[in-house]
Amino acid sequence: MNFRNIAVSILTNYVFRRFLFFLLIIWIASTLIFLIPRLSGQDPVKEKLLLEAQRGGHMQAGLEEMAATYSRKFGLDKPLIVQYGHYMKDLLRFDFGPSIAYFPKSVNSLIGDSVIWTFGLLSVCTFIAFFVGTMAGALLGWPRSPNFLQYIFMPILTLAAIPYYLLALVLIYIFAFNLDWFPLFGGYAVATLPNWSFEFSLQVAHHAILPGASIVLASLGFWALGMRGMMVTNQGEDFMIAAEAKGLRGTRLFFNYAVRNAILPQTTALALSLGTVFTGSVLVEVIFRYPGLGNTLYQAIRLNDFFVIRGMIFIVIVTLGLATFIIDVTYPLLDPRVSYKKGG
Amino acid sequence: MTKKTFRRRVEDFLRYVRRNPSLGVGILLLLSLLLFVVIGYATYEVERYRPLSGGPDLAPFQTDNYHPEEFPNGYPLGTDRQGRDIMAVMIAGIPLTLQIGLIAGLIGITVGTLLAFISAYYGGVVDQVISTIVDVGLTIPGILILIVIAVNLQSGLTVPQMGLAVSAVAWVWPARTIRAQVLVMREQLYVEIARLSGTSGFSIMFKEMLPNLAPYIGASLVGSVASAILASVGLEALGLGPFDSPTLGMTIYWNIQFSSILHGMWWWFGPPILVLAMIFVGLFLMTAGLDEWSNPRLRKRV
Repeated sequence: MNFRNIAVSILTNYVFRRFLFFLLIIWIASTLIFLIPRLSGQDPVKEKLLLEAQRGGHMQAGLEEMAATYSRKFGLDKPLIVQYGHYMKDLLRFDFGPSIAYFPKSVNSLIGDSVIWTFGLLSVCTFIAFFVGTMAGALLGWPRSPNFLQYIFMPILTLAAIPYYLLALVLIYIFAFNLDWFPLFGGYAVATLPNWSFEFSLQVAHHAILPGASIVLASLGFWALGMRGMMVTNQGEDFMIAAEAKGLRGTRLFFNYAVRNAILPQTTALALSLGTVFTGSVLVEVIFRYPGLGNTLYQAIRLNDFFVIRGMIFIVIVTLGLATFIIDVTYPLLDPRVSYKKGG
Repeated sequence: MTKKTFRRRVEDFLRYVRRNPSLGVGILLLLSLLLFVVIGYATYEVERYRPLSGGPDLAPFQTDNYHPEEFPNGYPLGTDRQGRDIMAVMIAGIPLTLQIGLIAGLIGITVGTLLAFISAYYGGVVDQVISTIVDVGLTIPGILILIVIAVNLQSGLTVPQMGLAVSAVAWVWPARTIRAQVLVMREQLYVEIARLSGTSGFSIMFKEMLPNLAPYIGASLVGSVASAILASVGLEALGLGPFDSPTLGMTIYWNIQFSSILHGMWWWFGPPILVLAMIFVGLFLMTAGLDEWSNPRLRKRV
């Protein structure tokens, strides 16, 4: 009873600490996003208006006044600390204001339109890459694996080193341009509207295969290398020798002893890799003109639409922080040793 | 370190490379790129990396209608939509991209090492603050912060400025890994002996431990150069790079911008992809190889 109380209190303490860390991430990130534009001394609204004026050939005279009006509307004329207060209040309510380029469309609706595409693509890809990569790594680091497996080591190493978008460019050229097996761009065919029919979902899958393949292939190597390293390290451990001495079957040794232990650091790496997967996928989406967050971010950068960039980056960081928090908190369920460690 | 032991170290290293192929292959890949650049600058008209140097959209060795007499055989790697000679772009672009990586990597590793030592040396609250900031930095993808920086600096970044910008996020990973190494090393016997013999903490850190960590720091330098290049090429491909410079990332950007793939212009997107793959694989193999070299425990295993 007493022991259980202590364990529970440490576990809640651990969860509490992780939650504080999550809040810290959000606070630091949002403060950085607030401060950097101020440090550079540029005015996003004025910049944007100037750009529009250049394109449209507006009169220069009314521009200053227009910028001032916009600045008042967005509260950019108040003292910094007041702006910071407003900014934080807006962020906490997930209110990022209107897009400058697609005024009065809100940043939220722009992000809302594209988030499902990225979420769908990345969750499936991460799952496949994690599973396949980890299994490949486990086999590579297992001494009783067949020898021919060693031949896949060099290709995997190469794939782990190159960024997703280089692979995307190669795949689109070979399989979409030359062989014409897959569509060149988009998330669905040009003449259709998104709906829930079976044909449409087939179309979505067909469009997602190439971008998905670039992400899966390029991130697979990362998981394989990590897993291989852990498998090799575990080889000489006492529990492996003991299990082998007991005369357990090979598959049991492999799955229940070697893989079960080697997979733990992979889970921690999963939390850290989510950011890499997202940022890596941005250019893949751009290359395939996939209607996801990455493409929306790219368009916002091209149009100098600062509120969209800011809102998007904030939401992505919150999502990553939350995912890290969830993985960290569920980790003790996988590895009971963690919950007893102070300050985990 | 006397001259002789230094020479012996070099010889040992060379002998070791033969047993550690990934290090050798990595160095070879990068050396071949450097050789390409040196020969290119010596023999080729590199100035033709500028737009309008030749006619647009020329395939390799296709006759240039704009300069039929001057270039009867065209250009070895053709030209892009805006008339840049791709061969010249590659020769000029490789050192620029490496320069960005080196600037950011060197600053990142210096700041990271300093923070790691300060963190491990002072311990307590200082250590906790630095470690927490580093942990936050690891969770927030650096490239997102870089996008915010670059969007606000958009008016004309130069190549060195690009390196400086990337270095803003390049110190996080070195700080984390080198701190872990310092903490392990702090417990070793020779540090203990130095401490017992009354050496000051500061000189233990920088005279005893830093030289012993040098190989490890060297390995992390290669790693952080690689991630700096990755970040810079990513930024450039998004259209946030130095528009006047023919870096590899800007070449990728122009490729995306003008949909070179949909036009089947393989001579335009092929070379930067190949060169970038060589750089990334080369640096990756070098990092793995140097890791192995600097960490004898790994050395035995492989």
